[in-house]
Amino acid sequence: MRLNKKKDLGVLEGDLTPMIDMTFQLIAFFMVLINFSQAEQDDRVQLPESELAKPAEGPLDYPITLHLMKTGEEVVMGGQVIPVGSLSVYLEKEKSVIRDEGLPQSDATIVIRAHKDAPTGMVQELIAECQKNGFEKFALRAKEDVGNPG
Amino acid sequence: MKVRNNKLGPDEGIELQMTPMIDIVFQLLVFFIMTFKIVAMEGDFNIKMPLAALSDGLPDEDDIPPMTVKLSADAAGNLGSIRMNDIAYPTFQKLRERIISVIGTERGPNSTQATAEVELDCDFNLKYTHVIEAVTHVSGYVDPSTKQIVKLVEKIKFKPQPPRAG
Repeated sequence: MRLNKKKDLGVLEGDLTPMIDMTFQLIAFFMVLINFSQAEQDDRVQLPESELAKPAEGPLDYPITLHLMKTGEEVVMGGQVIPVGSLSVYLEKEKSVIRDEGLPQSDATIVIRAHKDAPTGMVQELIAECQKNGFEKFALRAKEDVGNPG
Repeated sequence: MKVRNNKLGPDEGIELQMTPMIDIVFQLLVFFIMTFKIVAMEGDFNIKMPLAALSDGLPDEDDIPPMTVKLSADAAGNLGSIRMNDIAYPTFQKLRERIISVIGTERGPNSTQATAEVELDCDFNLKYTHVIEAVTHVSGYVDPSTKQIVKLVEKIKFKPQPPRAG
């Protein structure tokens, strides 16, 4: 029986180009989607869903985001947990920042990210607390409901 | 003077060191994968809560009176009943149908749609998700044929809560 002689082919080099292409595409994908902003999110708050909740076309002038916890007694503002009744102190600080930036207070929008099971009365108390401090514009935030359109 | 011969032989090529680049690229990839968080899209509903109720002046005689939507809750905070101007509606869909019939199809700055106002009167312990459900059904709907949002009432406000006992 005739046997093939093994030939010396030298060092085998795999073609790395497709792998590098793919890896760079993955990096680009994750870079575009990454969101470092923590102010707009809080894992403890589960937003209610709405089929009409679509992202705004333009950014708000001066948004102040308040996360209302499930019990409705506490608010997270700038990472700090604050009882609703003590919110005035922190809103005063926001007011001074708005003044320093030369903006009218009426431009500020209070964005309320309330937990879906929070009592509505507490949401209204939160709004009343902000009104006492001169804020007029409010936005109730909801999560987009993609499963039940129409 | 000694001249270095830089000419490469026929079998010699410049070999780029790929290993450090691949190392760093994979580290970047791992970093982005670990920090990646899938976040659902969020949107806002604007509500009208002026500082003084009478600052806007008296309502125009041509405006339709505000529609008061009363949402009652049971002891657990779940939705008990839906009423608008003292008429009960079994579902939010029925409420939306009624609102569509009230504001009609006319659109524009002086249309009924632009001037209509809804006041939400909610029980204190009602779960907030039902408020958003009501706001959703009152403020518009997604047209199934065009997939576009058809706006209904844009002026929505809360009826002030009575002070809590204790």
